[in-house]
Amino acid sequence: MARKKVTAPNTEQLALSELTIEQRQIEGLSLSTVVRRRFFQHKAAVTSIIVLGIIVLLAFTSVGTIVGGTGRLAADTTNGEIILDGLRISGWWPFDWYKNYPITTPGGLPSWEHPFGQDTLGKDIFARVMRGIQQSLTVVTLIGFLATVLGVVIGAVAGFIRGWLDSLLMRMTDAIIIIPGLILGAVLGRTIGGNAISLGILLGLVSWTGLARLVRGEFLALREREFVDAARVAGASNFRIIFRHILPNSIGIVVVNATLLMSAAILTETALSFLGFGITAPDISLGQIISQYNEAFKTRPWLFWWPGFFIVVVALCINFIGDGLRDAFDPRQRNMPKSMSLSRQFRELTGGGSK
Amino acid sequence: MLSFITRRLAATLAVLLVASFVVYMLTANSGDPLEALRTQNDPASVAKRATLTEKLDLDTPPFFRYFKWLGGAASCVIGQCNLGISVIRGDEPVASALGNAMQSTLSLVILATVLSILFGVAIGMTTALRQYSGYDYTVTFAAFIFYSLPIFWVAVLLKEFGAIRFNEFLGDPHIPWWIAITIGLGLALVVQAVVGGHVRLRLRTAGISFLLTSGILILLDITQWLKSPSIGIVGVALLGIGLGALVLFVTSNLTKRTLQLSVGATVLAVVAMWFPLQFLWFYFNNPFAIVVVAVLLAGLGVAAGFFLGGDDRTEAMRVAAITGALSTAPLVLDQMFMRWSDYVQIIPLRSGVISTIGANTPVLANSEDTWMRMLDSSTHLILPTAALMIISVAGYTRYTRATLLEVLNQDYVRTARAKGLPETTVIMRHAFRNTLIPIATIVAFDFGAVIGGAIITERVFAWQGMGALFNQGLREVDVNLVMGVFLVTGVAAVVFNILADLAYSALDPRIRITEA
Repeated sequence: MARKKVTAPNTEQLALSELTIEQRQIEGLSLSTVVRRRFFQHKAAVTSIIVLGIIVLLAFTSVGTIVGGTGRLAADTTNGEIILDGLRISGWWPFDWYKNYPITTPGGLPSWEHPFGQDTLGKDIFARVMRGIQQSLTVVTLIGFLATVLGVVIGAVAGFIRGWLDSLLMRMTDAIIIIPGLILGAVLGRTIGGNAISLGILLGLVSWTGLARLVRGEFLALREREFVDAARVAGASNFRIIFRHILPNSIGIVVVNATLLMSAAILTETALSFLGFGITAPDISLGQIISQYNEAFKTRPWLFWWPGFFIVVVALCINFIGDGLRDAFDPRQRNMPKSMSLSRQFRELTGGGSK
Repeated sequence: MLSFITRRLAATLAVLLVASFVVYMLTANSGDPLEALRTQNDPASVAKRATLTEKLDLDTPPFFRYFKWLGGAASCVIGQCNLGISVIRGDEPVASALGNAMQSTLSLVILATVLSILFGVAIGMTTALRQYSGYDYTVTFAAFIFYSLPIFWVAVLLKEFGAIRFNEFLGDPHIPWWIAITIGLGLALVVQAVVGGHVRLRLRTAGISFLLTSGILILLDITQWLKSPSIGIVGVALLGIGLGALVLFVTSNLTKRTLQLSVGATVLAVVAMWFPLQFLWFYFNNPFAIVVVAVLLAGLGVAAGFFLGGDDRTEAMRVAAITGALSTAPLVLDQMFMRWSDYVQIIPLRSGVISTIGANTPVLANSEDTWMRMLDSSTHLILPTAALMIISVAGYTRYTRATLLEVLNQDYVRTARAKGLPETTVIMRHAFRNTLIPIATIVAFDFGAVIGGAIITERVFAWQGMGALFNQGLREVDVNLVMGVFLVTGVAAVVFNILADLAYSALDPRIRITEA
């Protein structure tokens, strides 16, 4: 490093010069501002949020939804039409996912009227796929919410209180982890599953294990820090220390892993429904649609491509959002200066480059 | 060491017991095994119900039935497993049903796991070393997509494009010259991105790999190799040289003269053994022949290292022995390919070479010829393994990349570089080994996910493995069958966990399980 003559600096300048470039960038900003700024710099994550938003809007407004009721199919007593039990909120799409329509094109080929095509019974695939997305998203949200809450509470209690309670909770976690996820999910789904809400709750009740371990580790480390002692000296209760002092400090780990948990959840749900142990007829899920049309791949590939496409897009969006959050919360993973660009190397090689 | 393993085993067994209780209670309450009979009005159904109730011991509450089952399962320790009978499989004992299923499923799962680790770690390392390059971004993006793929969807796609279309291609294998050149160009692009460095080096690597790939493809087309593939002594020699170079590279000994000599001598010895070994393969037609040959060739390697190793005798012996043992693979492959033309005659005409149904061809399941059986299983294993790998590889790639980047920032790597060690040695000897430590933990975790994936993959490819047993058992509330599957997966998970622990202590000298 070249030496420079320094003219007597004042204390403020001295303090500033001790900060690294990264620290200077975020000087005087709150954690949430820093995280938000970094997150919005992550192009893939921002795009994913927009895409996911569009998908959610499309899925819920197009075919509407159904609230309450058993969700069973029944015939309307007045005109003999098939209806679903429950309060039906209709959307702007003219077709329902549970009704059969006359087949307009040979073999149900996609057309302007049915952009995703029709199956052998004349069901509109667009409506079915939209309903499937609704169901899958419901399950994912429920799993994400329940697993995060349970994981945080169990991990926090185990890590903060330690002792026999910690051992008990962690052995419980081990017992759940040792059962392969799909086997546990299938057994649970077969027992009480069938619709999106019960499946989501059940899977949420067993998916917290990984997060609980991480949160526990974080709490074990953080509880020894000075700010916890300070809070205790100031008279804060255990409850307050856990939720107001330590938890905000481990929020990064929680948020990132909750996102990753949700992207795994959509794959688990669709896989279970594919096997027939998740969401079952007359309800629809993306996995169930694929399972139902599995054999028709040769003759009607559109029955197979669309549901799969939406599973991949939703899972990909959630994964990218998780990645963006991780980068936003973890200041160690900063952008590094690029090495000499290829084009410049080329110019040097051909001798025409600027020095 | 022993006390650590026993304590570890005891703790995991307790956990496994609790887990088995949970699964048993859940499965027992998941439905009514008599449901189908209850809806029938047939008078005989009452009698059937009574016999079934007695057979399944349904009058005993599930809580007590679990302990009866546990008693039977515990006798596995003394070699007489009594896991109950499976009613839906015609009263077949669960232990015997599992025996057959276990073999095909575990071979699938283990093969997929091992290959995923190899590929995932290799790709992850190259991306970390070329951080923020075009190659890195491409692989990261691809890993994200693979990570988001539902396995059942991939499996169906592979079945269509990997098997049916590829079989059509194999029926009339003709590679047009423009395809050969496109593949060559594509591969050249990837190779230069991986190798990196200055643009001159990049152009050279790209040129060499392009010429090699396209040349080989065109040669394959001219010689009609794909119609009747074989390896022969030339192939064994080429593969042996490749393996030797790879081992030297991984152990960062590529430039050492004595080691080059020892490994070269080992490869020569392997090639020389090719002819005499033909008799062994023929008369000792048994999977154990592989072990025998591997030991024999490793012994040759040790000898070569001993005489040619010079100053690096120990290292030379080790490296040459590894090369020798690995060279068994091309020899076995050679045996399998020798039976190719017979195999094409035997398999059903319609299904093609790459099979999409089952774990083996029924006609060949009890064949006397081990190598033929192996070839048959391989063609059946390709697609399910690929489906399982796609997802696992993505995970390992991301994880290895993150870990290696972290390791490369450590002080000991800077020290190694400052000492003036060549970059290969720094990466392979100092960084790589430390990268493996956290990966050992992930392997144990990933195993459960792969088992779940196998259940789905087996269904798509119609394998009669544990996935099929589990599906069938759960659908018809056959608790014994479900518990049998759970037991196997649980024990496998425990074994993998302990292996990971042992690998941990072998890799990281700071972890001493002997004193713990």
